[in-house]
Amino acid sequence: MEKYIWLILLLPLVGFFINGLGREKLSKQAIAFIASGLVLGSFILSILVFLEVPSGKDAQPLIFDAFYIFNLETLKVPFSVQIDALTSLFMLIITGVGFLIHVYSAGYMAEDKGFGRFFSYLNLFIFSMLLLVMGSNFLMMFFGWELVGLCSYLLIGFWYKKRDYVDAAKKAFVMNRIGDIGFLLAMFWIWKEFGTLQYTEVFAAVSTGQLTAFAVGGITLLLFLAATGKSAQIPLFTWLPDAMAGPTPVSALIHAATMVTAGIFMITRCNELFELASYTREIIAWVGILTALVTATIAIRQNDIKKVLAYSTVSQLGLMFAALGMGAYVAAVFHVLTHAFFKALLFLGAGSVIHGMDGEQDMTKMGGLKEKMPTTHITMLIACLAIAGIPPLSGFFSKDEMLLSMFLGNKVIYIIGFIVSVLTAFYMFRLYFMTFGGELREKEAKVHESPKVMTVPLIVLAILSATAGFIGIPAAFAKNAHKLNDFLAGVVSESGEAHAISLTTEFLLMGALLGSVIVVILLAKKMYTGKVDATSTGLMKVFENKWYVDEIYNALIVKPTVGIGNGFKKYVEKGGIVKAVAGVGTMSYYFSSKAKSVQTGNIGMYVLLMVIGVVAGLGIFFLGIL
Amino acid sequence: MSTAEILFFVLAGLTVLSALLTISSKSPVHSILFLIVTFFSISAHYILLNAQFLAVVNIIVYGGAIMVLFLFVVMLMNLNKEDAKFSKPFIILVGSLASVIFFVLTAGIFVKSDITVNNQALLYSGDIGLTERLGEVLYSDYVVPFELASILFMAAMIGAVLLSKKKKEEELES
Amino acid sequence: MIPISYYLFLALTLFTLGMVGVMIRRNIIIMLMCVELMLNSVNLLLVAFSKMHHAKNPGTDAGIDGQMMVLFIMVVAAAEVAVGLSIMILFYRKQYNVDVRNLNRLKH
Repeated sequence: MEKYIWLILLLPLVGFFINGLGREKLSKQAIAFIASGLVLGSFILSILVFLEVPSGKDAQPLIFDAFYIFNLETLKVPFSVQIDALTSLFMLIITGVGFLIHVYSAGYMAEDKGFGRFFSYLNLFIFSMLLLVMGSNFLMMFFGWELVGLCSYLLIGFWYKKRDYVDAAKKAFVMNRIGDIGFLLAMFWIWKEFGTLQYTEVFAAVSTGQLTAFAVGGITLLLFLAATGKSAQIPLFTWLPDAMAGPTPVSALIHAATMVTAGIFMITRCNELFELASYTREIIAWVGILTALVTATIAIRQNDIKKVLAYSTVSQLGLMFAALGMGAYVAAVFHVLTHAFFKALLFLGAGSVIHGMDGEQDMTKMGGLKEKMPTTHITMLIACLAIAGIPPLSGFFSKDEMLLSMFLGNKVIYIIGFIVSVLTAFYMFRLYFMTFGGELREKEAKVHESPKVMTVPLIVLAILSATAGFIGIPAAFAKNAHKLNDFLAGVVSESGEAHAISLTTEFLLMGALLGSVIVVILLAKKMYTGKVDATSTGLMKVFENKWYVDEIYNALIVKPTVGIGNGFKKYVEKGGIVKAVAGVGTMSYYFSSKAKSVQTGNIGMYVLLMVIGVVAGLGIFFLGIL
Repeated sequence: MSTAEILFFVLAGLTVLSALLTISSKSPVHSILFLIVTFFSISAHYILLNAQFLAVVNIIVYGGAIMVLFLFVVMLMNLNKEDAKFSKPFIILVGSLASVIFFVLTAGIFVKSDITVNNQALLYSGDIGLTERLGEVLYSDYVVPFELASILFMAAMIGAVLLSKKKKEEELES
Repeated sequence: MIPISYYLFLALTLFTLGMVGVMIRRNIIIMLMCVELMLNSVNLLLVAFSKMHHAKNPGTDAGIDGQMMVLFIMVVAAAEVAVGLSIMILFYRKQYNVDVRNLNRLKH
C-alpha cells in the first residue's frame, strides 16, 4: 500500500495546480477531464486501500511517514497518514461522491466563465478533506480542517462580484474560525497532557487512565466547540444556510456530504477520549438534538429549495451528534454514509431543477415538473423516500439505529428525535410536492431536462441511496449481518453495545416511526400539491424567520464588536497612536525651533561663545594635570 | 635688579598699559594710536632680545602700513559719530570672567609644567636676530614658504582691489 | 638673562587683553585691531622662545625657526588686514554702519 497511498493525496493537489494555473489557457473539456480524471484516480486507489485495510476487532492502523513537520526535543510531529477502517470509509465517500459531483459540475457550470477556477478549487477541496481524514495526528487534521474552511470560503464566494455572496463566504469563514479556537486550545492541552499529537500515542496514554476528569472534560468540550463550528450546530450554525450562495455542486459536496461531516469524523476518531467524558457527551447530545429540532421547524416554512435542503442538513447533523452523544459512533458514521448519498443527490437534483428552470430557486414558482424532468423527478423521489426513512432504502436503517441508541440513552432525547424525523419527512415531501406535483405556477418558464452529464450522477447516487443501507442490517432482522459494525470494530471502542432491549420494543419503535412518517407524507401531499403556503402568522412566522437567530447575533455580538472596533479606531488609533507617531515629528519640530534660536547671526556672541569653549577645554586639561 | 630686568619691566608695563587703553577707549582713532604705541613697545622688546630685523620689520609693517591702513579706513568711514561702542554690560561681565579664568588656567598650566625651571631668555647677544643670519636661512631653508608668501600677497592684492571696486552703475550715480 | 616665565606672563596678559577687546567692542574695525594685538603677543612669545633655545646652545642657529615663524605671521597678518578691511568697506557701503550686530545674515 505504501506505493500508492501518497498518490491519493497528490492527485487532487496536482489537479489543483494544473487547473489553477491553466484556467485561462486550457479548454473547458480539458479542465473537466483532468479534474474529474484525477479524482477518479484517487477513488480507484481508495478502493484498493479499502480492500486491503485491516478491519475488524483487533485491527491495528497502518501508518506511513513522509517527513517531520516539527522535529524538536519536546514535540515531534510527522507528516504521516494513518489508514484504518474509519479512514478508508471516509476516503471512499470523499473521492466517490466527489468524483460524481465533478462530473455533474462539468454540465452545471458549463456556461460559467470561472470554469477552470471552479475545478481547481474543487480539487483543492478534495485534497484538503483527504488530508483531514488521512492525517495521523491532530496537527495534520488541523491542516485539513483549516484548508477545507478556506476552500469553503473560496467556493461560497465563487461568484465574487455579488456583495451578498462574498458576505456569506466571510460569515462562514469567521464562524469556522471561532470553532477553530476550540481545536487549537484542545491541541495545546493534548500536547501539555501527553507530549505528543499522534493519535496512536495519545489514545494509548488515555486508556491507561492518567487523565484528570477536568482535563478530559476540557479537551473534549474544546473539540466539540470546533465541531460545532465546522458541522454547523448551535450556536455556530447560521453560516450554512447562507452558504447556499455558492453554486449547487459546492453545496452538494461541501455542505452536505463531506466538510460538515468533519466534526463527526473527529469525534469518532477521538472516541476513546469522549468515552471518558460523560458530561461532554451529555452536552453533545443535547446540543445536537436541539439543533435538529430548531432547524427542522425552520425548514417547514422555507420557500427557497436550497434553503430547505440546507436546514435539513443541519437537522440531520444534529441527529448524528445526538447519536454520538449517546455513544453510538457506528450509527453516526452509518448515517454520515447514507446522508452523503441522499443529501448529495437531493442537492444535485435541486441543481438540476434550478438549471432546468433557468436559475429559479423559489419553490412557489415551480410545480408540475414531473413530466418535464423525468429523470430528476424519479431520483429526487428516491432521495426523499430515503431521507424520510422508508424501508428498504438506506435512510431507514441508519436513522433507526440512531433513534434506537437515543431510546436506550435518554427517553426525552428520543422523543425529540422522533419529532424531528417526522418533521423531516414532512418538509421533504412538502418540497417534493411543491416542486414536482400539481401544475407549473410560473407559466412562462421554459423547463427542460438537464443534459446526461448531469443526470447520470443523479442516477448513480439514487442507486447508492437505495442500496447502501444493506451494509448495516440490525440484529433485529438478521443475525450478524451488521457489516459496518464489524468493519469499524477496531476503531470504535464500544461499537454496538449489547442491546438491552427486546425485539418487540424494537419493532414497535420502528413501526411507530414508519406509521407517523407515512401519515405525514400523505398530509404533505394534501397540503402542497398545487398549493403554496399562505402568509405565515404567529409561531409559523417565527419558524419562517429562522427564529430570528441572525438578528439576535447581529444585535448581541456583531454590533458591540463593531462598536468596540470603531471606538478603538476613533480614540485609540486616531487620538492615541496617530498622535503619538505624528507627535514625534511635532515635538522634534518644536524643540528644533527652540534650538534654532541659538543661531542669532550675532558675530559678537559667536566670539564670546568660542572663547568660553576654549576656556572650558583648557579647564578640562588643567583638571587633568592637576 | 639688573638693567635688563628694569628695562624689561618698564617696557612690559608700557605695553600692557597701552593695550589696556586700546581696548577701552571710546574713540576709534584713540584706539588706533594706542595700538601703535603698543607695537612700538613690542619692537623695543625685540631690540632687547637682539631680534633686530624683526623689530624693524615690526615697526615698518605693523606700525607703518597696517595701522595707517586702519586709520585711513576709520577716517573714511567717519566713525567718530558712533554712539554705542561697547557691548551690553552682561556680555562685558561674562567676557571678562571668561578671560580671567583663561588667564588663570593657562598660568596654572605654565606653573605646573617644568618649562619655567631654569630657562632663561638670552638678551643683548646672539646672532640669530641679525639680518644676515635671517637672510641666509630664509633663502636656503625657507625658500618655499617665502615664494608662497609672495603668492599669498598677490592673492590678497587682487582680492582687495576686486572687493573695493565700485560697480559701474554706482559710479554713474555718484 | 631673564627667566622665560616673565615673557610667558607678559604674552599671556597681552593675549587675554586682546581677547577681552574682541568680546566687548562693537565696532568691527576695533575688533580686527584687537585680533592684531593677539597676533603680536604671540609673536613676542615666539621670539622669546627662540632666544631661550639659543641660550641653551649658543653659537649655532638653534632658535632661528622661531623668528622665521614670526616673519611669516606678519606676512599673513598683513594680507589678512588688507582683505578684511576691503570687506568691511563693502559692508559699510551697504549699511553706513559697522556695528557687529548688523552682521547677522547667518541668522536662522
